Amino acid sequence: MKMGFLNVYKRDMTRFFRFKHQLFSSLLQPALWLGFFGMAMAGNFDRILSSTGTAVPAGVMSVDYLTFMCAGVIAATILFTNIYGGFILLFDKNWGILREIIASPMPRRDLITGIAMSGITKSWIQSLIVILFGLLLGVSFFSGKGPLEILISFAGIFIFIALFAMAFICISAFIALKMDSPEGFQGISTLLTMPLFFVSNALYPATGLPPVLQQVAMINPLTHLTAGIRYFAIGDNFSAIGMQFVYTPGEILISLLYLAFFAGIMFLLAWRTVDKVVIT
Amino acid sequence: MNNENIIEVSGLSHSYDDLRAVDNISFRVKKGEIFSFLGPNGAGKSTAINVLITLLPLQKGEVFIAGHNLSSSPKYVRDSIGIVFQEITLDRDMTVRETLEFHGNLYSMGRDEIGSRIEELLGLVELSDKKDILTKNLSGGMKRRLEIARGLMTRPKVLFLDEPTIGLDPQTRRKTWDYLRMVNDEGTTIFLTTHYMDEADILSDWISIIDHGRIIASGTPEDLKNSLGEDIICLETADTELAKTAIINYDGIKSITESGEGLVIMTDRDGAQILPEIISGLNRDEITISSVNLKKPSMDDVFMHYTGKELRD
Repeated sequence: MKMGFLNVYKRDMTRFFRFKHQLFSSLLQPALWLGFFGMAMAGNFDRILSSTGTAVPAGVMSVDYLTFMCAGVIAATILFTNIYGGFILLFDKNWGILREIIASPMPRRDLITGIAMSGITKSWIQSLIVILFGLLLGVSFFSGKGPLEILISFAGIFIFIALFAMAFICISAFIALKMDSPEGFQGISTLLTMPLFFVSNALYPATGLPPVLQQVAMINPLTHLTAGIRYFAIGDNFSAIGMQFVYTPGEILISLLYLAFFAGIMFLLAWRTVDKVVIT
Repeated sequence: MNNENIIEVSGLSHSYDDLRAVDNISFRVKKGEIFSFLGPNGAGKSTAINVLITLLPLQKGEVFIAGHNLSSSPKYVRDSIGIVFQEITLDRDMTVRETLEFHGNLYSMGRDEIGSRIEELLGLVELSDKKDILTKNLSGGMKRRLEIARGLMTRPKVLFLDEPTIGLDPQTRRKTWDYLRMVNDEGTTIFLTTHYMDEADILSDWISIIDHGRIIASGTPEDLKNSLGEDIICLETADTELAKTAIINYDGIKSITESGEGLVIMTDRDGAQILPEIISGLNRDEITISSVNLKKPSMDDVFMHYTGKELRD
């Protein structure tokens, strides 16, 4: 077998399914978040909106906050999963397993490829569960779509997720290779997630942010991921929280290319780092 | 490259910033032998081994392992060697079988080959009944054995071991030596580093003593010990200086050195015959003897002799 990344991938997935508590919590957490935070916020938004009586333009589908936010929860879940996903490399470094790997004939980039693949797989599983749970809670994804269209929507969502997951697991791998302690890794990762999560359109439209932060949100990959998920899961023209959202295919394509470019750069960064790392 | 030599190293040096950890060493390892680097902690053993196993870059010198040039074809070197690291390097959350499968895949082994090799090796290191146990539930000795099995997965031409019995209890150490001897009997060349005199002495066909990054003596354990002389007599008297001048011209005395409280006398004929002569001579000169000890040179003595100090820890 010349595909060493499959070996890395298999090991990482085995570990993912082996720790039942961790697996359970990682799958349940986003669902609970959607359940509690989402329901509460949805209730409040809907009350405020009904009192102001914002009119929805004719012919535009109106979706509730829960539906709007569900896409953001999926995006955030993937962000969290992957930004911490490179921890395995720190674990391997501290337990010496990275030495076994580095001293083997396997090309080092296979290590990054394998971990990126498992990050993508985990992200797909998680997003699927959040979507299913969301549908149970009344999220109106894929409304008015036939089976084939739903399938296409899923494919679109999964492509966006794969690119984003790859980018952030590579960032995480880079941090893990540079750090010596779990605390340092945790600290840096958490520091990164904060602005990424809040300076985006995941929980609310970015138009509510101060102008400077709006610019930042524009280049935030999370914004583009959320846009992609909303486009495929809700539609290209809908209204939520009293605002109209229009996504043209061109915009979505740009988001996709942006994520692909970003993922490529991050992969190169992680690859370069693992190629140069000296572990004794 | 000589076919008899599986490792050839010439002029190897390695520095960390200003610190020269390995200083221009050259040696060769013959195919099929057990070769030991013996030296105190910090002597440069681990640095040297880490260069040979490609974990550290080759800064200076020429290295051939199993016919491959380390600087131009490190991948082939990696393919030909097995490694057992100084610290335990196992994924605590993988089973014994998974650990070996993962390793086999790292080296692109075929699936069937991996399966049969696992059976074979677990039999050798007596872990066959632990196949599906997570490695964190193995004892220290079992972990070591699993690592030795892992190092042998790919049928390497040379197995490198860095301090293979560090932290193991005496019984497990002996067991580990037995396994290594068995592995060696099956044709694998073994390169090990150790700071244990007994380990080097018992296991090795060839020892290179290394200190401050340099090889200071090399030979078979027997040759190294014999080079000190036939026997060693340790003598403590009331007056070390007087005693030294009194016995320095006795027949069969190779060297006399002052050490701590007394004298260390190396003989080049049977010490048991010389000792009575020394004692009666000192009695005649009325020099009081407070203690006397006759022994065969040990690896400790060899180390003391060449480094001028006890093994640092």
